[in-house]
Order: sequence, then C-alpha cells, then structure tokens
Amino acid sequence: MRLITHNMLSCNIKGVTNGFPLRIEAGNVIEKEVDFNPDFIRHMFAKLEWKALVEGARSMGYAELPEDSPDAAVLESDESFLKKLHHALLELHLEEGALVCPKTGRKFPVNKGIPNMLLHEDEV
Amino acid sequence: MANRPELLAPPEIFYDETEARKYTSSSRIVDIQAKLSERALELLALPEDGVPRFLLDIGCGSGLSGETISEYGHHWLGLDISASMLNVAVEREVEGDLLLGDMGQGLGLRPGVIDGAISISAVQWLCNADKTSHEPRLRLKAFFGSLYRCLSRGARAVFQVYPENIKQRELILRQALQAGFGGGLVVDYPHSTKKRKEFLVLTCGSVQTSIQTGKNECDEGCSEDDFSEDEESGMVSMSDRNRPRKRQKPNKKGKTREWILRKKEQSRRKGNDVPADSKYTGRKRKSCF
Repeated sequence: MRLITHNMLSCNIKGVTNGFPLRIEAGNVIEKEVDFNPDFIRHMFAKLEWKALVEGARSMGYAELPEDSPDAAVLESDESFLKKLHHALLELHLEEGALVCPKTGRKFPVNKGIPNMLLHEDEV
Repeated sequence: MANRPELLAPPEIFYDETEARKYTSSSRIVDIQAKLSERALELLALPEDGVPRFLLDIGCGSGLSGETISEYGHHWLGLDISASMLNVAVEREVEGDLLLGDMGQGLGLRPGVIDGAISISAVQWLCNADKTSHEPRLRLKAFFGSLYRCLSRGARAVFQVYPENIKQRELILRQALQAGFGGGLVVDYPHSTKKRKEFLVLTCGSVQTSIQTGKNECDEGCSEDDFSEDEESGMVSMSDRNRPRKRQKPNKKGKTREWILRKKEQSRRKGNDVPADSKYTGRKRKSCF
C-alpha cells in the first residue's frame, strides 16, 4: 500500500464520524521505482490532505516533505519538490504492518502490501 | 457456463486459490476481461489531456482489469473481497494498490478523491444475501452511497454487469439513482445472446454530457435508457429488449431468395461474418448440387 492510497482511506466502522487519517504502524517498508509524471502529481496535489501525508511519510521513514502545504507557485516551478512528493506518494510501499483507526484504536492489518479492511459483523 | 457463480457460493469462498488461478490462467477469460475493461475505460470519458488519473477498480480480482488501466497510463486502487484473487494480483505484480474489503460495507474513501470508477463483472455479487445478517438493499445502499461521495465532480462510474434477471438489474439501477447518480444503460450487441454486454454508466455532479450509444453491427440506434437526474421523479423505465421476429417457414418449393436474405441479415446482426449479397444469392443451381 502506498501513501497515495493511505491518504484516501478512512475508517468505516459504524459510529465513527471522522476515521481519518489512519495511523500507520510500519513493519516493513520497501521502495519501488515509478515513472515520474509531474502532471499527475500536480493533479493529485489538490486532493491530498497534507498533514496526513507528512505524518504518514514520517511513519514510513521519509521525512523530506515540508510541514506546511506549499502554495501553487512552488507546485508550478519547483521540480525537486514535485519529485519528493512523487517519491512519497508512489514509491514507498508498506508491505507489512497495520493501519490504526484514530477513534477506536481498531487495527487493520497489512500483509503483502494489502490492507485488510474487512469489517466484523458488529462494526457495520 | 452451467451455473452462475453467485448461486454457488459467496465470492470470497467461490474464488478460492484454485479457482483464482484457473480464472486468471484461462486465456479466454483474460481476453474477455481486457476487452470489457477497455470498453469501460472508453465509457468513462476521461478528459483527453494526457494527464493520468486516479481510478477505482471495484471487484478488481486478480488485477486483469487493473492491468488494462495501467496500460492506458492511469493509476488505480483495487478493491476485492477474495484474498486468493488478490494474492494472484500480487504475484502478477500489478501496479495498482490493492485493498481486501467488502464493497457492501461501504468503500471508506474520502470525499471527492476518485477521478473515475470501473467494475468488471462484480456488482451483481451484491444482490445476493450470503449471510443472514446481509440485506442486499442495505449493502447496495452502502456501496452506492459511499461511491457517490468519493467520486469527484463530473466523474463517472462504469459497471459491466451480468444481471441474473430484470429484477436484479432494476434493483441495482434504483439504488444507484437513490444515491444521487444520473446516467444510463449502454448495451453492446443487444441482439446477440453471446456477444451482448451491458454497461451501467453513472454520472455524478451536474455535468451534462451525453451517454454514448451502444455498439451494434448494423448502424441502428441502440438500446439506451436514460433515467432522469430529477430526484422527485426517480423513474427508471426498463423494458426487456425482445424484438418481435418475423417467422416465416420456407415455402414448399424450397428456400426462397427472400428467406435466404433474411437469414443472412439475422446472422449479420449477431455479428457473424456473412458473405455479401449479390445476384448469385439464392440463385437456382444445377441439379447436381
């Protein structure tokens, strides 16, 4: 699971109003190279929750992203920033670990890069 | 196919390790899935600006449809309920992220983050109640509601479905409408039982774009039902496409040219390769033939 997905996932348990973001417990993180496409990164930027991304990246061992969300000018001109964002979003894979709901503490295990988001009967 | 898989077992049990491997190694299935995925992507009508989008593949299984999405240059997130199918996807090193989850429990994605969603041969599984606590209507509601929320404005969802019967199709359409979607049904090759494929094309947001017509061998207007976006009169008019066929037995003097031409036309409509009609069609041959 990559951070691009983590940034969109929220806890779906009944009664949990704001289950975002899920806390990452990183067991095993690997890096896989992906072709850099600045247009895609710019397109995704508008949808991201910046704080959650920075937190998530840090949990996966990548601390190069700036704390504050950069403004549009940086996005247009600064390619090194775009490359860092690309690396964080698409090239870091959480292979083993867990995602933890911020409200209930319920853990969603991650195996072979696949988070198990299946809810139990009483959580639906 | 002797029996519909949905009638045999719930998807996470039907698609166990053996079935998952069988499914993915069948070249026929791989080919069909690729074609269906391409058509679904076409129907998504993503802007042709060369910018890759972030798509959702619902019921992604072993990643067959996901691979088509990657080929078109987009990034994707796949959801499936069968761990065995997802394991095959991991083995095939698909480029999208995979989630093990039940679409009937809601997608759990933030609002407005998805640029488009496709689903190949998966949504009909929602109509079966596999556990006593399941109520298909509630599951469909959770699914369509969460899908509507996570799609960005103007995004579309395209589902290729194999509904068991009209009732099932109507149930799916009705739930989609109630969730706020507009859209229509696109049917390719409606006259051929073998080639017929149905795509449910759902739109959200008030972007009014025309839904494409379905494919057909001869250029007739194709069956396409638009249902209104108006929430008050959420009417879905569906009728089963059964064109009355003119039945005429060949007359006693043998098969007339008229009959032959009609049969050839029927075959053409089904999508078969038929030689062109000419002055030789149905010509009287020498008695030795």
